[in-house]
Amino acid sequence: MTDHYIVSSSPHIRSDKTVDKIMRDVIIALMPATIFGIYNFGPRALLIVVLCIISSIGSEALFQFITKRKISINDYSAVVTGLLLALNLPHTVPWWIPVMGSVVAIIIVKQLFGGLGQNFMNPALGARAFLLVSFAGLMTRWELDGVTTATPLGILKEGGSSLPSIADTFFGFIGGCIGETSAIALLIGGIYLLIRKIINWRVPVFFIGTVFVLSLLISGRGFDINYAAYQIFSGGLMIGAIYMATDYSSSPMTKTGQIIMGLGCGILTAVIRIYGSYPEGVSFAIIIMNLFVPLIDRFTIPKAFGEVAKNEK
Amino acid sequence: MGALTFKRGIHPSHSKDFTEKKPIKIYMPKGDLVFPMLQHIGAPCKPLVKKGDNVLVGQKIGEPQGFVSSPIHATVSGTVKAIKDVLHPNGSKVQGIVIENDGEYTEIDTMIARKDYKNLSREEIINIIKEAGIVGMGGATFPTFIKLSPPPEKKIDHIIVNGAECEPYLTSDHRIMLEETDRVVKGLQIILHLFPDAKGFIGIEDNKPDAIKAMKEATKGISNITVATLKTKYPQGAEKQLIYSITKREVPAGALPADVGCIVQNIDTVVAIHRAVLRGRPLMRRIVTVSGGAIKEPQNFKVRIGTSYRELIEAAGGFKEEPTKVISGGPMMGLALFSLDVPVIKGSSSILCLTKKEAIQNEESNCIRCGKCVSICPMNLLPYKLNTLAINNEDDLFVKYKGMNCIECGACSYICPSNRHLTHSIRTTKRTIMAKKKK
Ligand code: SF4
Ligand code: SF4
Repeated sequence: MTDHYIVSSSPHIRSDKTVDKIMRDVIIALMPATIFGIYNFGPRALLIVVLCIISSIGSEALFQFITKRKISINDYSAVVTGLLLALNLPHTVPWWIPVMGSVVAIIIVKQLFGGLGQNFMNPALGARAFLLVSFAGLMTRWELDGVTTATPLGILKEGGSSLPSIADTFFGFIGGCIGETSAIALLIGGIYLLIRKIINWRVPVFFIGTVFVLSLLISGRGFDINYAAYQIFSGGLMIGAIYMATDYSSSPMTKTGQIIMGLGCGILTAVIRIYGSYPEGVSFAIIIMNLFVPLIDRFTIPKAFGEVAKNEK
Repeated sequence: MGALTFKRGIHPSHSKDFTEKKPIKIYMPKGDLVFPMLQHIGAPCKPLVKKGDNVLVGQKIGEPQGFVSSPIHATVSGTVKAIKDVLHPNGSKVQGIVIENDGEYTEIDTMIARKDYKNLSREEIINIIKEAGIVGMGGATFPTFIKLSPPPEKKIDHIIVNGAECEPYLTSDHRIMLEETDRVVKGLQIILHLFPDAKGFIGIEDNKPDAIKAMKEATKGISNITVATLKTKYPQGAEKQLIYSITKREVPAGALPADVGCIVQNIDTVVAIHRAVLRGRPLMRRIVTVSGGAIKEPQNFKVRIGTSYRELIEAAGGFKEEPTKVISGGPMMGLALFSLDVPVIKGSSSILCLTKKEAIQNEESNCIRCGKCVSICPMNLLPYKLNTLAINNEDDLFVKYKGMNCIECGACSYICPSNRHLTHSIRTTKRTIMAKKKK
């Protein structure tokens, strides 16, 4: 008598945390910021979010269909990209910006490099940078309650005096991209991701910490805690540090590598913000560091267990 | 003091509740018994009997060949029915002896109990263990007498009994610690008698508080034995990890536990040593957990080596649903079987019959670089990288990235959200490289 059992190599059990569940957790983590953004900027923000998500899923499915690959939209990674892109856009952009951004993110940055896990920069971030360079005017038109406004970083850069209060900045009642204004909403999501072990603390903590410290030290304003607080609570730092610099595909795998990534992003952001002509530097800082990830991974191979001198007890 | 542990590792669901409260049940074989001549690491044995011979319980039927080898004994009395190639639980065919059980259990008269071991010399004890055919019963099946005879320049100061039992589902060691507590202690004392300068440790994961309590009580007043509470984490029972947890010593790559002054023994092996030295009995039985979602009445059995897996599954009530996978050993490191017609051998710790839900088989997808495999590898390797190197046949880089240090614990494959066959690819590449080296 023969038996018909599956014969495969060990291990025979697997954790049930699969890619789709991880992506779902990221979406859950982004919910507070998304909901706040819609509340803060009104229904048009919702429209942008929906447009981004639909066109991201659509681009992925279409590309995979045309190139005859397995359609993988059910892993939710396209939803994450769409959502992240939307949160990185001002709600004032015309409708075709989200669509174009999603196509760039999914097709050029993600799929042409081989799909999930193969892209060397975060798709949403890549698309944002592309849009920022190509349509700078559209991408930096901030409005709050129907009034044209500037972001706190912009005001600081221009040396203006009408800064919103630190509390408003922390809670997010300020101008900016849809999902980047509320530090608290982003932090809540970040804590959720830490608890669910989706990300680890190294990149965000070193990133934000470095920006804070450098803002204190090299801003030329003396030891201005207030200024440093604005630097970390406004602009794209929270969303960038927690959700984009931690992107699996484009961040280092080793502990040391992750610390280097956080430090590097922090230094570049602070330098661009303080010395550059541009008030914001998070996106470009992350993209520059993304380019170094393969190198960082190669030079931070951890010491294997047991790699000790034989006579060492 | 908190529970001792090693770095990294994973927390799979224990699934031990099927059998952890089930007392060990003695199972008497009904059908023929099969003895593959390879039940240990090393050279196979040569049969000492021929077809038609009568054999007795405890009679040596397999003669070891070469130094790394271990004799095999009959576990029932009866007639040799055949000497032929038989199916081994590892899936290969090896020479084996088939014995028809006469049900009398007539014992050979050379099994003599001893009152004490203290007047025996080191050589005598080692020889008893060697002749009793004792091997590591945790699954590695390395001959125990060799492990207990390290080169004299290696100062052994730790004898560690491995009661971690970190593989999910398995409860045989747990039950032994509860039901044969004193034999474990005695067995360890015999080993300590061989190494008077060493201290004994019994390492137990903290998900077995009753076993910890029982062992602590049984060792009260014994100054050279400590019960070490270990954190419940896989692979806590892997030799190098266990040594690190207890002594904080790292066994160097390519070296043996003895190089850091340690000898590790499995729970059932220690009981076997007790039986051999004090009761004169060779290794003839072992405890086997029969469990898994597909089994009607999961059990811990005390069985005679040579008993068929199929019989044991029937003794556990048979299947309540058709299993998709049957495993010899634990779910993390055990071997999947294609047939139930294989015998219990010295290293058979369990038979697991897993349902479709338990043995999920998802399709492999791209590595998403989540870094989970890196953050849990107990050997601090880069499994995702080794996987790529294995797929691309880059043997030199594979060695450079310390792929040969992998202990094949399965933790990386377990955790991978993309279901990458990390362990499998690393294991295969290791084998190829080792085979090339031998040439
Ligand atoms: S690489 Fe080897 S040692 Fe590391 S987790 Fe995977 S199987 Fe275990
Ligand atoms: S766990 Fe799997 S998906 Fe994650 S890095 Fe390792 S191989 Fe890649």
